Amino acid sequence: MSIIEQVKQSLSDKIISIEENNNLFKKRFYIEVKKEDVVELTKIMFKDLKFRFITATATELEKYFEIVYHYSYDKTGEVVSLRVKLEDKSNPSIDSITPIFIAAEWIEREMWELIGINFVGHPNLKHLLLADDWPEKNYPLRNK
Amino acid sequence: MEIIKKSLLKSLWVMHAPMSPCNNCDIEILDALTPRYDLERFGIQLVGSIRHADVLLVSGVPNYKNYKKLKYLLDQAAKPCFVVGVGTCSCGRGMFKDSYNSPCNVDDLVKVDAYIPGCPPRPEAIIAGVVKLINALK
Amino acid sequence: MKKIIPIGPYHPLQDEPEFFKLYVEGENVVDIDIEIGYNHRGVEKLSETKHYDQVTFLVERICGICSTSHPFAYVNAMENLLGLEVPLRAKCIRTIVGELERIHSHLLWLGLAGHFIGYNTVWMWSWKYRENVCDILELISGNRQHYSMFKIGGVRKDIPQDLIPEVEKLCTNLVAVIDMFKGAVMDDPVIQARLKGVGVLTKEDAINYCVVGPTARASGVDIDVRRDDPYAAYGMIKFNVIVLQNGDVFDKAVVRILEMYESIKIIQQCLDILKTEKGEIEIKIHFIPKGEGLGRHEAPRGEVFHFIKSDGSNRPVRHKIRAPSYMNVASNKVAAVGQTVSDAAITLAAVDPCYCCTERAVILDRNDNIIYRYNDLIKLSQQKTEGLIKKLVKQK
Repeated sequence: MSIIEQVKQSLSDKIISIEENNNLFKKRFYIEVKKEDVVELTKIMFKDLKFRFITATATELEKYFEIVYHYSYDKTGEVVSLRVKLEDKSNPSIDSITPIFIAAEWIEREMWELIGINFVGHPNLKHLLLADDWPEKNYPLRNK
Repeated sequence: MEIIKKSLLKSLWVMHAPMSPCNNCDIEILDALTPRYDLERFGIQLVGSIRHADVLLVSGVPNYKNYKKLKYLLDQAAKPCFVVGVGTCSCGRGMFKDSYNSPCNVDDLVKVDAYIPGCPPRPEAIIAGVVKLINALK
Repeated sequence: MKKIIPIGPYHPLQDEPEFFKLYVEGENVVDIDIEIGYNHRGVEKLSETKHYDQVTFLVERICGICSTSHPFAYVNAMENLLGLEVPLRAKCIRTIVGELERIHSHLLWLGLAGHFIGYNTVWMWSWKYRENVCDILELISGNRQHYSMFKIGGVRKDIPQDLIPEVEKLCTNLVAVIDMFKGAVMDDPVIQARLKGVGVLTKEDAINYCVVGPTARASGVDIDVRRDDPYAAYGMIKFNVIVLQNGDVFDKAVVRILEMYESIKIIQQCLDILKTEKGEIEIKIHFIPKGEGLGRHEAPRGEVFHFIKSDGSNRPVRHKIRAPSYMNVASNKVAAVGQTVSDAAITLAAVDPCYCCTERAVILDRNDNIIYRYNDLIKLSQQKTEGLIKKLVKQK
């Protein structure tokens, strides 16, 4: 059974939609999931299916914030991305995945300071890249 | 004063302060000190502390986290201490001019005595720049 | 009683400003605090203000040592977005430049690592022979650093047919150089005694920190984007992925040295293809559609990852960049803790160069009163030496 079949089976009803990039690299999958399920699905992806966490991309779009968590399956080279939409534009927040594995610590801090998404349950939410006296509520990666 | 000048020109010791560079100027600086280009034959040596240095080599664009530290670093130096800007970034910020994290040019912070432009400047260019600095001091 | 030894942000041996706070008890490092951001220039935001062709030059200037890796991952991402297959000749040229960069970067690291443990001969040697690699790159691209070879849809410059034998000869000459380093590092008893068992990153930690590249491969994690998810010419070329099990600094050095042999093998195979393959080196792009693209490249330090979101205009809406050191530097937290201060320096350097300067240390008590100054410490150490000498004399 290919890894993407396994992902489909284990995430089953949590998947809102699945999009396959049919371009040159045929191993790119984007799965949209609910914001509430992220921690549970991350556990499945990282612990059970043995994916490697690459990074996460936060983007401000017109109506919502979007976070894409990128995972790599190194045995066969698939990249599976979990896409989450944060509808509340005034106060975006999501559960932190740092308690599951430490590799997510820096990227969550980065998303917090550059785009202003609050990570609930993050153990060490402080400035990573910007100066400590950076003005509050000034998020450089947001659209002005 | 004459004796200071005489001793200074025979052995310029440099310290290297990267202000958020892309690493390339720093590599070329180190490259200029290693066997092929060998700046040490002119008495130029890389030292560990600003207190021993006669020249401060600055590379890269200052950012909000480190731009105050450059002035602080230079204040600790024994005078005279000359500042050389290595690379396009330290000469005029280059393509990072519009970045949100780039407050000012290097020469807004400290007086720069010599500019070596290039992205990155070749080791030959760094040597030529240092020689020009020495000639100007004479 | 915990004391703090700061490393950085400015130190002459560091290539970049980074700040490590070592919490020490006696000689042992008990905790480490990593502060980055001294290098933050906001490239991701700047990328949104430039059009797609300019971004190739911008990402090149993220890092000088990996100045091919970022454009490589970026063009991979763009070609993923476009669904574009580049011509074979362009693929081979890309691979050659990527592998030459790997050799020069590994030699650079090896030199700095030698410098950190006080083996300056290796430093001077490896930087001397690194110049030969820079010469080949200059021959191909015209630049020593920042090669500007990459372009969405192909490469900017061709390698002329009559240049190929010369590049081949220069690459073959490099084998003898790597043989020398293999002897100087792998067979040297002093280096083995110094580096074996130092700064161990276990396999569990490597997986938990999601480290990539030689750092992961030295810890027994068998990953390499070139083999797992082939791009450019890597799919049609034979090479081995070097994996070692111990995870200490010695294994990290050995992985890098052995990888250079593989790089030369790859370059030679690519040059063989170039000899017979005559054709275009690029495909012209007229239009960037709406969509998302994701590209990876195995840089000298590990996997570089670029993610592009396009809305059909001439600039990216979002350009996410993740460099390998982002994951690797964080793993210092487990690799350096439990070591002595003198081992911490090479451990921190094993993933990315950094150095520890203890010469300005003063010992403080809990109320920050100075108990020992520098002169007192010298006196103490002299007394200790005298004591040892007396003991030795007595034994005799």
